[in-house]
Amino acid sequence: MQFHFEDRRLSAPRGATVASALLGAGITAFRETPVSGAARGPFCLMGACYDCLVSINGVTVQACMTPIEEGLQVCRVRPRLTENEDKA
Amino acid sequence: MTVAFDIAILGAGPAGMAAAARATQLGASVVVLDEQASPGGQIYRNVDQASAAQHRILGPDYSHGHSLTQALRKSGAVHCAGATVWDVSRDGLVTYSKGGQPAQIRAKHLILATGATERPMPLPGWTLPGAMTAGAAQILLKSGALVARDPVLIGSGPLLYLLAAQMITAGRKPRAMIETQSRSDMWAARHDLPGALRGWRYLAKGAGLLTKIMAAGIPRYTAAREIALEGADTLTSVRFTSHGKPHEIATKTALLHHGVVPNTQISRALRLEHAYDQSQRCFVPQVDGLCLSSEPNISIAGDGAGIGGAKVAALSGEIAAFGAASRLGLITPQTQQAGVAPLQRKRQHELHARPFLDRAYPPATQSLSPADTTLICRCEEVTAGDIRRFAKLGCKGPNQAKAFGRAGMGPCQGRFCGLTVTELLAQETGQSQDDTGALRIRAPLKPVTLGELAAYDANSQET
Repeated sequence: MQFHFEDRRLSAPRGATVASALLGAGITAFRETPVSGAARGPFCLMGACYDCLVSINGVTVQACMTPIEEGLQVCRVRPRLTENEDKA
Repeated sequence: MTVAFDIAILGAGPAGMAAAARATQLGASVVVLDEQASPGGQIYRNVDQASAAQHRILGPDYSHGHSLTQALRKSGAVHCAGATVWDVSRDGLVTYSKGGQPAQIRAKHLILATGATERPMPLPGWTLPGAMTAGAAQILLKSGALVARDPVLIGSGPLLYLLAAQMITAGRKPRAMIETQSRSDMWAARHDLPGALRGWRYLAKGAGLLTKIMAAGIPRYTAAREIALEGADTLTSVRFTSHGKPHEIATKTALLHHGVVPNTQISRALRLEHAYDQSQRCFVPQVDGLCLSSEPNISIAGDGAGIGGAKVAALSGEIAAFGAASRLGLITPQTQQAGVAPLQRKRQHELHARPFLDRAYPPATQSLSPADTTLICRCEEVTAGDIRRFAKLGCKGPNQAKAFGRAGMGPCQGRFCGLTVTELLAQETGQSQDDTGALRIRAPLKPVTLGELAAYDANSQET
C-alpha cells in the first residue's frame, strides 16, 4: 500500500497501522510536543501513551490505533510551529 | 435506544474471552466490547491472523490463544470489535465509539477485563524517539512487522527474556540485555523458591529462555544502574553502569520493561475500591473469591485485578462468569460452587511461581525514585524534581500535584505517570501509598471529538 508522510512517498504491507508503517520505513519521530517542542514517536503501541500522535485529514489521531489506507496523507503534529505561524 | 444485555464484558483478552464463553454457556446474554479489530487482547494479539512463521517465533503459549478466540466465536456472545469505551456508569451503561460513531449498550452486570499496561519506567531520555516498551516490540512481532533492529533490552523480568528469545528466533538478535536486578534480589527471593517449584513449568520456561539468550551470545549486563538514554532528536546510545563499571552501547532502539501493572482506568473511573499491593508495587482493585468488586454488579477479571498472567486471567474470567451468572439468578448456588471450586484450585496452582518472580525481578529502583531532572509525566513534561518540590510545598496527593504542575493532565490521563507520582509523593511525605492515593479518573476515558460528543448527547435520550 502506498501512502505519504509529509512529502515522502512510502509503502507498507496491508494490515499495518500507521505507526508500524512509519517505523518500518525507519521513521521514529512522529511529532513535536506542545510543551517544549521535543521530538516524540511511538512508545507503547497499544493506545495508552498518546506519544505517536499524527495528523490525518486535519484530525489528530493515534498512529498505533489507525490502520494504514491506500493513498493516506499523514502529517507530523507540530503544535508550537502552528502557534507561531498563527502569530506571524 | 440502547441495546440491553445481561452481561457486558470490557476487553477481549484471555479473561474477557473466557468469561464470555462461560457466561453464555450459563445462559446469559453477553456482549464483549474491545478496542482491537480481532479478539486476543495484547497477549494473544492477532493470533487468528498470524502466519505460521509468526507462530513459530512467538511459540506455543501464544498459539494457545486460538482455543480462546474459537470459544468466543462459538459462544454466541456479541463481539463488538473496534469499540473504544469512553464512559461507563455504575448502573451498567457503557458508552463507546466505533468508526467515529458513538453508541451505548446497557447491561445488568459488568465484567471489567481490561488487562495490564507496562509499569512506567522513567529514565533520563526515555521520551526520545526510538525508546519503546518491550510490550510495543511484542506488538510489532505479533502484527508481523519486524521493525526493531539491533535493539537493547533494558529492565527486568520474565517478559524481557521472552522477548529476547522471540527476537532471536525471528533473526533479530538483540544487541544487549541491560538488566536492573542483582544477585541480592535473587537472594531475597530464595524463601519463595520452594513455593515456586510447585509452579515449575514457569521456572523451566524461564530457564529455557535464559539458555537460549546465552547460546546466542547476547551480552547480559546485570545490576545495571545510572541508565541514561542519549541522543539529540532520536535515540543514539545507552549509557549505564553494571556492577559499578561504566558502559556505553550505540543503538537506535531501546526496549524498556520492569513489569506490568493492572490497567485501572475504568475501575478508578467507577470509584471502585483499590488498595496498594506492596509485593507487586502497584494499586490493585479489591475483588472477592468470585471476582466481584466493591460494587455488587461489577466484576473484575484477569490482570486488571492483579498481575497473574494469561492462564490465571482465563481462569479468573471463568470464575467471574460464574459469579455474575449467580448474581443474576441464572444458576443455583450449588452450580456456582461446583463450577468455581476446580477453577480456583487451578488458579492457585498457576500462581505458585508469582511471589518468587516478583521478588527476584523487582521494579528498577532508579525508576521508582527517579533523579530530579528525569521527566516522569511524558505528556506535560513534568520532572521528578517538580513533584518533590510540590511535596515540599505541602502537596499530599496526586490530584493536588496535578493542579500544582499538570502531571497527569495530558492526553494519556496519567496512564504513564500516575503510579510514579504516587510513589514520589509517598517517599517525600512519609505517607503510605494508600494514604497518598491515585489520580481521579474521569470520562471521557479516551479523547473523543466534539462531533462524537455532540452525537452522544442526541443519543442519550433513552427510550
